Amino acid sequence: MLNYLWGFMIIIGIIVGVFKGNIADVGNAAITSSKEAVTLCISMLGIMAMWTGMMQIARKCGLVASFTKALRPIIRFLFPDLPKGHVVNEYIASNMIANILGLGWAATPMGLMAMRELKKLNADSDIASFDMCTLLIVNISSLQLIPVNIMAYRSQYGSVNPAEILMAGIIATCISTLAGLIFATTARRLRRRNNRRG
Amino acid sequence: MNFIIYVSNYIMPFIFFYIIGLGLLTKTPIYDEFIKGAKEGFKVVIDILPTLIGLMVGVGILRASGALDLLSKLLEPITDALHFPSELLPIVLVKMFSSSAATGLLLDIFKEYGPDSYLGRLVSIILSSTETIFYTMAVYFMAAGVKKTRYTLAGALVATLAGTIASVVITNLVF
Repeated sequence: MLNYLWGFMIIIGIIVGVFKGNIADVGNAAITSSKEAVTLCISMLGIMAMWTGMMQIARKCGLVASFTKALRPIIRFLFPDLPKGHVVNEYIASNMIANILGLGWAATPMGLMAMRELKKLNADSDIASFDMCTLLIVNISSLQLIPVNIMAYRSQYGSVNPAEILMAGIIATCISTLAGLIFATTARRLRRRNNRRG
Repeated sequence: MNFIIYVSNYIMPFIFFYIIGLGLLTKTPIYDEFIKGAKEGFKVVIDILPTLIGLMVGVGILRASGALDLLSKLLEPITDALHFPSELLPIVLVKMFSSSAATGLLLDIFKEYGPDSYLGRLVSIILSSTETIFYTMAVYFMAAGVKKTRYTLAGALVATLAGTIASVVITNLVF
């Protein structure tokens, strides 16, 4: 996917640059942009390390585990087909918590383990189960409450108050997740009713 | 709606207070754990660096050539009808495929208009409320060996659309 997207960006940029007579700027842009990426990453190092450091404390003192426990009733409601006490419940909970806390790199492995278990529960079918659809929709709808990276970018580009968008972002995130969940539960019910009739 | 900005300033300090307080109460070696976690963060950023270089170069070329301006002019009739800024439509579309490419475009908006401009705030909120659709679906379903994804894509699009509309409405209300 990215192979084409990135390739097109550069090819189209160069073609347009030639036609618009901006080709000198194009060459310069390539050089300055690559340097800028490094500067950006250096300031991101600070913010990201601070956040993951805090999250490590949260994990160590049992905060993450107690959040995971608190999610259980919600997971039972969203994924009614899951067998109780099955390990997949834990995977889904960890995936959601990691997403909420903005630990995307920790969320994906948990999500993938959940998918593999869901596939087993679905008799190894190559058609997605209802639970898989819900898990994906939840993940795509974004659960992240604190967008650490966006705050880092904002501060790097001179924002007076990088955190000012936090609450607005949380509201928008909740709305997108809610919309996704309403869709997922409705689709599940409709399909099930149709199956019964058929 | 100043209240929403006001609350935003409290969120991070509150989270830190809560985590550190709980850490002290449970007698967790907080500083040692912080250092351990911070090292983890380094790895994350180092992993992002090559992608960021690649995509910032790509977007930098697009911007310098005038292709981005051309694109938003082309999109203007559509975005005007939707009451959505034409500069941001490419980001929303690209984000469905790749979150790092969207980051490249986000940084371009910050550079061109500033993070505290209307566009800068709106794009910050949009990108914090949506995830990449096709990439996530590809990774998750490939790992499980699932070929028929049923209504997942429709649900993901509904969530993304809702998040984007909500972002526009909130930005207009709050800022």
